Parts: sequence; structure tokens; C-alpha cells
Amino acid sequence: MKAYTRRSRGARLRVHEIWDRYKGENHETALLLLILALLGVMAIVEPSALTMTFVGDIIRSGIVTLALALGLLLVIISGGMDVSFPAIAIFSGYATITVMNFFGVDGALWPFLLASIMGIALGSLNALFVARYRMETLIASLGTQVIIRGVLLAFIGSVYISTLPAQLDAIGASSIMRLGNSPVNILVLPVIALAFLVSWMLRKTMFGRSIYAIGGDRESARRVGIRVPSVQVRIYLIAGALAGFAGMVHVVLSRHASPFELVGTELNVIAAVVIGGALDSGGRGSVKGTVYGVLLISLVQNSLVRLGVSSYWHVLVVGVVVLVGVAIQAQASSREAKTTRILESTEASA
Amino acid sequence: MPLALQAKGITKTYGGVKALTEVDIDVRAGEVMCLAGANGSGKSTLIKIISGVETADAGHIEMDGVDVGRPSVTDSIDLGIQVIYQDMSLFPNLTVAENIAMSARVKARSKVVRVQAARSIAARVVERLGLQLSLDEKVENISVADRQLVAICRALALDVKVLFMDEPTTALTWREIDSLSRVVEQLKADGVAIVFVSHKTEEVFMMSDRITVLRNGAVVKSGAAAEFTPDTLIESLLGYLPSEERQLSALPVEDKAPALEVHEIGRNDLFEGVSFEVGAGEIVGLTGLLGSGRSEIAESIFGILPIDTGEIRVAGQAKPIGSVQEGIEAGIGYVPEDRLTQGVILEQSIESNLIAASLDKVSGRGGFLDSGQMARASQHAVEKLGIKTDNPANPVSSLSGGNQQRVVLGKWMETEPSVLILNGPTVGVDAGSKAVILDILRLTAEQGTGILMISDDVPELVSVCHRVLFVRRGRMDGALEMDEVSPERIRERLDR
Ligand SMILES: Nc1ncnc2c1ncn2[C@@H]1O[C@H](COP(=O)(O)OP(=O)(O)OP(=O)(O)O)[C@@H](O)[C@H]1O
Ligand SMILES: [Mg+2]
Repeated sequence: MKAYTRRSRGARLRVHEIWDRYKGENHETALLLLILALLGVMAIVEPSALTMTFVGDIIRSGIVTLALALGLLLVIISGGMDVSFPAIAIFSGYATITVMNFFGVDGALWPFLLASIMGIALGSLNALFVARYRMETLIASLGTQVIIRGVLLAFIGSVYISTLPAQLDAIGASSIMRLGNSPVNILVLPVIALAFLVSWMLRKTMFGRSIYAIGGDRESARRVGIRVPSVQVRIYLIAGALAGFAGMVHVVLSRHASPFELVGTELNVIAAVVIGGALDSGGRGSVKGTVYGVLLISLVQNSLVRLGVSSYWHVLVVGVVVLVGVAIQAQASSREAKTTRILESTEASA
Repeated sequence: MPLALQAKGITKTYGGVKALTEVDIDVRAGEVMCLAGANGSGKSTLIKIISGVETADAGHIEMDGVDVGRPSVTDSIDLGIQVIYQDMSLFPNLTVAENIAMSARVKARSKVVRVQAARSIAARVVERLGLQLSLDEKVENISVADRQLVAICRALALDVKVLFMDEPTTALTWREIDSLSRVVEQLKADGVAIVFVSHKTEEVFMMSDRITVLRNGAVVKSGAAAEFTPDTLIESLLGYLPSEERQLSALPVEDKAPALEVHEIGRNDLFEGVSFEVGAGEIVGLTGLLGSGRSEIAESIFGILPIDTGEIRVAGQAKPIGSVQEGIEAGIGYVPEDRLTQGVILEQSIESNLIAASLDKVSGRGGFLDSGQMARASQHAVEKLGIKTDNPANPVSSLSGGNQQRVVLGKWMETEPSVLILNGPTVGVDAGSKAVILDILRLTAEQGTGILMISDDVPELVSVCHRVLFVRRGRMDGALEMDEVSPERIRERLDR
């Protein structure tokens, strides 16, 4: 009996050690396991759905979410919250197309640049309220979101634009490869590049480390000489640029422009980032985790479509997934609080 | 020796409270100047003004005789001023190495950072101080004592000209304090000017060359350390001399069940076979070196680290305590070691913190909180503990460090527990308040509460404890009963 319990404790310890080694900074491994588990469920319930086309669909629907999530990630790591990014994204995408149509110009690259610049301009509103007037980040972005949508609908336009300028439309139609019946659009490349760039920035630049520092303890950051407002301004400008770019990606991929789209997707994006390990208390999160979060959300949604579940249920299911994901995160970080061993050898004296 | 830093005419008010009034201090290169003063006398405020974290209403700073006005945080860092803040000001989400390297990175204005570079900066300081810290662990996962060491390392990672240490040793034991004092000697030899704050009198005399005494935000005395004795120092900062005598509270006459009995309790890897009891009305000290398991035993009894084996009885009844909630329901109160992160919510009012653990007592019909009751209960606690504030509705963060500690104490006193477990109840508290707190403990015990007090502070143990128990490497290691309790015998057992 005694020998048995001792052995089982040993086994448990080993599992813990292995887990500690591979769980990843923000428990990314747990997420990956969750994704695999969901795939397993799909394999049992609807095996015919698991095709390359399915993978292609997941990538296709994840790409805009990821582009939006990257900007939000920065805000959340710094201890803030943002709900204005869909408004910034659709404003930039739609306004760029409107400008192109108005002047009758066409282009492939510069429209993305223009949309990003518009995103920066709109992001500066958030920066102003947060860094200059020290407003609560969530409240500030609720306000700017309303302003941005209002200006978009009142001054830029409210009509559905069914065809894009030719060169942009061509990008929307060009793919780098096909997965089953699903073409993988060329725009995954810049989005993946941006993900690598943001990841590098967060890990290897002083700006990135300052974002974590501010999220960890704002007052401590100030005391070591980090200029908190200046870091915040840069966060919101970059988040704006990313949102503007994402908006353009969305418009090009859907091959039309509607000022009423993207609004309402904030929940999915926030869910992806939070499941990815960026808790709202700040100071945590990674691009890797966010990518997994995006994959998870995208997988869930596509699975629901495959299973023929009505779209009314999607929000509910996403909500449940968020709760599970966040619970895993919370559980994992509370287990982390370690105690160091004091007794030298329990067994020897037992 | 040349003057390294002078602060002249520093005045600061918070709302109606005058925290500092025309304070002048100076410190020379190569000396340790001790800033002494009771809780709330303005020591931390003065330091924060010099480091640019707070802005003074009037006054200016001179470095090497040059007027630098009222420097900003970055100015002061560039001038070579480093501070070990009382609350440590670390980043819980970052690793030890990154925390230590952070100020060096900021000062170097680097754009791109390397993990390896941060590690080597950190490793160098840690080695210079002869410490053992796991550099890759996140700060939120290390002990309070280690956090304090990290804060010290961070301040020393840079070339520093003037070093402020605001109570750097509250969580440390003699071993680390000893290595700190060796580093201080070395810094002095290198010509660093050091300002040191501590409520531990022994330490003040061990470290400092000069002492400046603040009382109610004004300098009342300043001179060479040799001009002071422990008694004159305490008298000059308080205005009177509190008694440190051994004075035991009366034990109850009638036979009551012990407030707390633990029988052969153990927890995997931490401690085992621990048995003792605390009688109703008794004050029992629990001591041992840092890392001996004394805090873990206390946390287990309260339910933070539930026990694997053994039995806990409260007021004669066996209580299975598997969580903090069950600990509270069993009638146990616990004042933690790391009060600033575990004990209070800094942003919330003093009032709501004080009643946070006893909500059922202040709620009226239907479970709604009775604001009149709340105000009365907290007012009572503020007075009883002598918390220095002009308004209990202010956030706890507006209190001085020592007064924040009293809030945590008060919070648990208000629950009127059968057993009160205190982990270092007077750490960071001035001599006057310490006497007050010990008196409150005596009174609480006389009303029938059993008190288990974990402490390193030998005079304090001698002053209030009926019995003192010793812990060593996770096992009980003897006890001193009633008349056996004396400073010499406690030290003798600890040094073994
Ligand atoms: N942000 C603030 N708002 C209001 N009052 C404050 C604030 N900060 C400090 N005070 C007040 O200023 C006075 C001095 O506080 P300070 O923290 O400098 O004391 P201290 O000497 O460091 O005490 P301790 O030894 O307890 O740390 C106290 O009365 C405190 O309540
Ligand atoms: Mg202080």
C-alpha cells in the first residue's frame, strides 16, 4: 500500500515536471490541447467535415481576426481594453475605397498604406483620451468608437459598394495555394509577417518590454523611469495602424465594402486574445497564444457551420469557449504559485 | 567628505495634511545617513520627492552643490539617484532577471533588448551581493524576502551616486541583513552616499554614521550616530520612551477548551508531525529562521495550504480546514506576512478594508450593509489602533507603510476570532506603535482569544508571549515555557 502511494506520487511529480517544461509562458500548450480535443470531437461527430477545405476555411476566417487581435493584444498587455478597433478598421477600409472611387484611382499596395495611416489618425483619438486626459481605457474606446462610426456613416457614406477597384479586386481573387476547395489568399502572408513583427517587438524591444512593465505595475514602471504616457500613445497609434490594415484586408477578402461590417466582431477578437493568455489585469499575453486563440475561435465557428448549427447559437458557444479558456488560464496560473520544499526527506523519517 | 546631496526647504501637503514642513537634509559621499521617524513622519514622502516620484510644493535639491531644482524621475536617475522603495515597486509579471535589469535598460535608453544581457546584468549583481536567486522565476512566484532582495539588486545594478533604502530589510533575516551590510560597507568605500530607513534600532546603529530624526514632517534632531543611544533615538522620534518590558496578559481562571489544538499535522514537502496548542487567552510565539516552515504552518492552519495529515481543533471542536473560507468560518483570523499584497486592497478606502472580513457583523436586515454600523465599526478600529488619517474614507494607499499594516491588523481584530494568527505583526512599525499593538494583543487575549504570533523580533516575543515554540526545517524543535522565556535563551536556540 505504502509503496504504491509513493510510486504514484513519483509519477505525478514527473507529469508535473514535464508539464512545467512544455506548458509555455502563457499556457499555450493547454490551448493547443484544447484545439486538438475539439478536432477529436469533430472527428467523431462529423468525420466527413475534416478535410483540407475545412482547414482552408479556418485560415480564411481567422486572418482578419488575427490582424485585429494583434493590435488589441498590445492594449490588453498594457493593462487596458479597447472596443474601438472594429470601428477603426471598417472606417479605414471603407473610406479608402470611397476615396479611390471618388478620384477614380486604382492601386494594389498604397491603399493598404492609406488605410493604415487612417487607422493611426483614428487611433490618435484613443491615445489622446488615454495618455493626455488619463481616461479609463475601456470608456475612452467606447467613446471613440461611437464618434468614428458616426463620422463614417454621416460624412463618408452608408452605401454598400459592390465592386472594388480592379487591382484590389485582383488581390482578393489571388491565392498562394489551394487547400481542398478553399483558396488561401495571398493576404495571409502580410498578416503572418505582421504577427512575427509584433511578436519580435513585444519580446525584443524596449518598447515591448515597457508594455509588459506598465501592465504589470504602472506605478513601478513610472518609478524606474519609463515614460508611461509616451508608451501608451505609441500603443494606440500602432493598434490603430493594425486595425486600419485589418480593415483593408477584410474589404479586399470579401470583395465588397460595407460600412456595417466588422462591427460586432469585437467579441470574437477579444475572446481570441483573452483565451490566448492575455488576462484583462494586464502584463501577460503573447502573439503565439493569440494565434492559438484565433485558431480556436475560428475552429469553433467553422465547426458549428459544418454541424449545421444555427448562427444564433454561435455567440453562445463562443461565450462558453471563452469561459472555458479563461478558466484554464486562471486555474493554471493559480497552480503556479509554488512553495519551496522545506522538509529534507519525508520518507526517511516516515 | 564632500556633500553629495542636499534637500532644502522641502514642503509637501496632501489635501489638508502637511506631510513635510521645510525639511533640510544632506548626505555626504561615503557615509550612511539614517532617516529615522515614526510611522507617517514623512520619510517615504521625502524620498519620493527627491527621486521625482512626487512633486514638492516648495524647496529644491542640490547635487554636488549644484541646484537641480525639483528633478523628474528620469532626471534623478540620470543624476545617479537610486531608490529601494518601501513597497519594492517590482513587476510581478516579469522574471527576476528582467526586474533587476529594468532600470539599467531604461537608463541606457536601449531600443532593442537581449534576454541574455539582462541575465548577465542580474547575475553580476546577485553574485556581488553573494545572494541566491533564481533569475528565471517570475517575481510573483517568489517569497517576500526574495522580492526585497530583487529590489535591492535592481537599485545596485547601476552605477549609483546616492542610494536611498526605504526599509529594505523588513522581510529579511540576519543572514541577508548581514550580506546587505557588507555591500553597504563596500559602497561606502566606493564613495556612494547612502540614506537608510529602518524601524529596527539595532540595524540603525549597525549601519549608520549619522542620524536625522523626522517627527510629524519636520527635522527635530540630526547628528552623528555616536551621539545617540537606542533610548535617546526612540525618545527623540516619538517624544517619549515606550516600555519594552515583559508584561504578560492574565490567563483565564476557569477551565476553557484550548482556542487552537493542532495534532500531528503535516503537508507534503513542507512540514510534518507538528503538534501544539494555544490556550484561550494565551499568547504563543512561534519562531524559527526564515524558511523554517513557520509561515507555512500558519498558512496551513488558516487553510491557504490545507494540511494532508493530522487534525486541527478550534475551541475544542475538530475542524476540517480545506480552504480559507473554512478557516474563517472555524473562527480563525490570519494577518499575513506580505500584508501589502495579501492583506489590503490599496485602492479601496480604509473603512471598507477594515470591515472587509467582518461584513456579517455590520450588515443589517436582509443582509444589506448598514452604513452607520460600518462607519462606527471602522471609526472604532481607527481609534483603537491609532491609525493616522484625517478621513477613513481615503484609500489605504494614502497611508504611510506602518499605518497600512495597522489596517490589516484591525481588519482581523474586527472579526473577533477564537484564534488570531499573526505573521510578523509589528514588522515595519515604529517603536511607539509597536508598544500600542502589543498592548492591543494583550487586551485581545484577555478577552479569551488565543493568539499565535510568528515573529523574529526577540524583544517582542519576550514582551508578550506566555510561551515560545521553535520550528526548524519543518519540524517542531522545542519550546520555552513562561519563566524560561528570555532574550538570551531565545537567541541561543535560534543560533544553534
Ligand atoms: N498619496 C497620499 N495622499 C494623502 N496623504 C498621503 C499620501 N501619501 C502620504 N500621505 C501622508 O503623508 C504622511 C507621511 O507619509 P510617509 O509615507 O512619508 O510616512 P513614513 O515616514 O514613510 O511612514 P512609515 O514608517 O509608516 O513608512 C502620512 O500622514 C501619510 O498619511
Ligand atoms: Mg515609509
